[in-house]
Amino acid sequence: MSAETISLAKGINEGLRKAMENDPKVVVMGEDVGKLGGVFRVTDGLQKDFGEERVIDTPLAESGIVGTAIGLALRGYRPVVEIQFDGFVFPAADQIITQLSKMHLRSLGTTQVPVVIRIPCGGGIGAVEHHSESPEVYFTHTAGLRVVSCSNPGDAFTMIQQAISSPDPVIFFEPKRRYWEKASVDVESAASSWTPLHDAQVVTPGEHVTVLAWGPSVKTCVEAAAAAAEDGRSLEVIDLRSLNPLDIDTITASVNRTGRCVVVHEAPVFSGFGAELAARITERCFYRLESPVLRVGGMSTPYPPSRLEDHYLPDLDRVLDAVDRTFSW
Amino acid sequence: MTIDSVRGAPGTGGLADSELVQLLTPEGERVDHPDYPLDITAEQVRGLYRDLVTVRRIDLEAVALTRQGELGIWASLLGQEAAQIGSGRALTDTDMVFPTYREHAVAYCRNVPPLNLLGLFRGVNHGGWDPKEHGFHLYTIVIGSQTLHATGYAMGIQRDGVLGSDKAGATIAYFGDGATSQGDVNESFVFASVFNAPIVFFCQNNQWAISEPLEKQSRIPLYQRAQGFGFPGVRVDGNDVFACLAVTQKSLAHAREGQGPTLIEAYTYRMGAHTTTDDPTRYRLKAEEEAWKAKDPIERVKKYLLKEGEADQAFFDDVEAEAKRMATELRKACLALPDPEPSAIFEHVYAEPHPMMTEEQEQFAAYLASFEDEGTAR
Repeated sequence: MSAETISLAKGINEGLRKAMENDPKVVVMGEDVGKLGGVFRVTDGLQKDFGEERVIDTPLAESGIVGTAIGLALRGYRPVVEIQFDGFVFPAADQIITQLSKMHLRSLGTTQVPVVIRIPCGGGIGAVEHHSESPEVYFTHTAGLRVVSCSNPGDAFTMIQQAISSPDPVIFFEPKRRYWEKASVDVESAASSWTPLHDAQVVTPGEHVTVLAWGPSVKTCVEAAAAAAEDGRSLEVIDLRSLNPLDIDTITASVNRTGRCVVVHEAPVFSGFGAELAARITERCFYRLESPVLRVGGMSTPYPPSRLEDHYLPDLDRVLDAVDRTFSW
Repeated sequence: MTIDSVRGAPGTGGLADSELVQLLTPEGERVDHPDYPLDITAEQVRGLYRDLVTVRRIDLEAVALTRQGELGIWASLLGQEAAQIGSGRALTDTDMVFPTYREHAVAYCRNVPPLNLLGLFRGVNHGGWDPKEHGFHLYTIVIGSQTLHATGYAMGIQRDGVLGSDKAGATIAYFGDGATSQGDVNESFVFASVFNAPIVFFCQNNQWAISEPLEKQSRIPLYQRAQGFGFPGVRVDGNDVFACLAVTQKSLAHAREGQGPTLIEAYTYRMGAHTTTDDPTRYRLKAEEEAWKAKDPIERVKKYLLKEGEADQAFFDDVEAEAKRMATELRKACLALPDPEPSAIFEHVYAEPHPMMTEEQEQFAAYLASFEDEGTAR
């Protein structure tokens, strides 16, 4: 056991380092990932240790970054791309949606494109426009991609390595306002002991209401569960970890037990991932549900100026309000 | 417009200052160019002629199959045979091609069975050949996207540390005049330039992007764009198979030696429609087509062979007969292509098992089977 207390950002950094040590074909690329170590310092020190050929400071062009990463993957490399902020992924959307996600199918399975695209996501850091968004559904809607999100330092460390090992392209969301939160992580643990990349995890067991979250919202929901417990209400918080594929069995098992479900995410509720969850849960748990699946999320508006973001982002009170409402049916 | 220089950054390797590199005139006259000497045997010229005729015949057959409803659509290469065969025959096994959806003759040079191309346009699959086996990536339909893949692949060759050795390869990215307006093409120029990647950008300027003439894309000759990105650009007579061969060979060698990218503008003409659904009579004049017909890429090789006494009528008859035989076989094979099984919708979406794909595939199979139970199998 060699547990260290590290931040989520450091967890990804250590995970990248391990992956690069284990496989010389792993390359890291993006804007400012070299000397600077990325604007969030997630790639700190990697260029110094692995060189400019493997930690590549790219021109400032997101489509170019993802498009060349695809080419590197076709040559046998495993590129890990950093998109600097969520709102800047859209210039690369064409390469991700029309090329990256479809190449394996187009080739009838002869060609794998193991590219990982890391995207710092979510709000809560007082940023300007385009720096606080949660664009996960644009990618869950695109078959051929795997979409995951870590929520804590331990998962950050293991999930980034699992994503890099995947033969499929993976969109890897990192909750930027949780980058600096710390936990004890065993960086020498055997990969065989890790939770599989696409498994959901019950982070707070409970009996009365199932609360589904991922990325930055997990911590909010765990805090909500602690507050609810004081009122004698037992919430079961599940960290989905993976949105595509979805671990529907873990969700179904929980909701069949509790009969109530609240989904929490930062993205707008309208056409958000919560809608997909609500529909699937309704199909599978219809006779066990005591109330409709409720969704708590961002307003159906563009992300607001940061002085208003505390209203926009689901917080403990809005989660508890939804929990209360599940008892009003 | 006078072109003073097409050179890019220093050390870009002796590419010519010229407006149009031509080694074979439309009249079949062999001309020399100081920067592009071409040693070519009579046997090789006959080989090129056979290639040109064959790919035109395959293309013609595909157009006919489309007219008869056997293909959904076809993008004809008519008029661009020399650009594609010249550049395609310049490639070696270590090179990698990133084509658009019109590179049928380059596919032919890379031994991709023409039936695979027809299968794509028939709607049997989206391509399905193994790019590694042929050194020929899948057809890319979104305009210009593949230029970035080619650049990234070239960056991979660079990282493999093989440049300058006998294992060195280069990539060649094909695209058209319309694509030069795409962000991806311009980004690929930037990446290729700053990383000095071993890539040849082969732009077939066929004058028309569906209905839009070149002046809707550019105010300057396309090859001059390269200069602004810091690498050499050269314009070659795209209907001259010798010039396309020589210029591409030199640019590929330059890339394999680690000297970076080159932009080749193959100046040619799309003699047919953009695709079988297009109608060029709505936007261009017959006279223009006639003028280009006089520059036909195949006729000039024939004239040359006859003039030099390097081929006789028996040879030309044999080439025609062989091309016809190939086209007949291709037609037969195309008509025999089975429709894919419905389950193919779900296959290969992911490389590793994906629970939702499996579940939907099973549900769909059960749905289809329910008709069989009722004796109304689909």
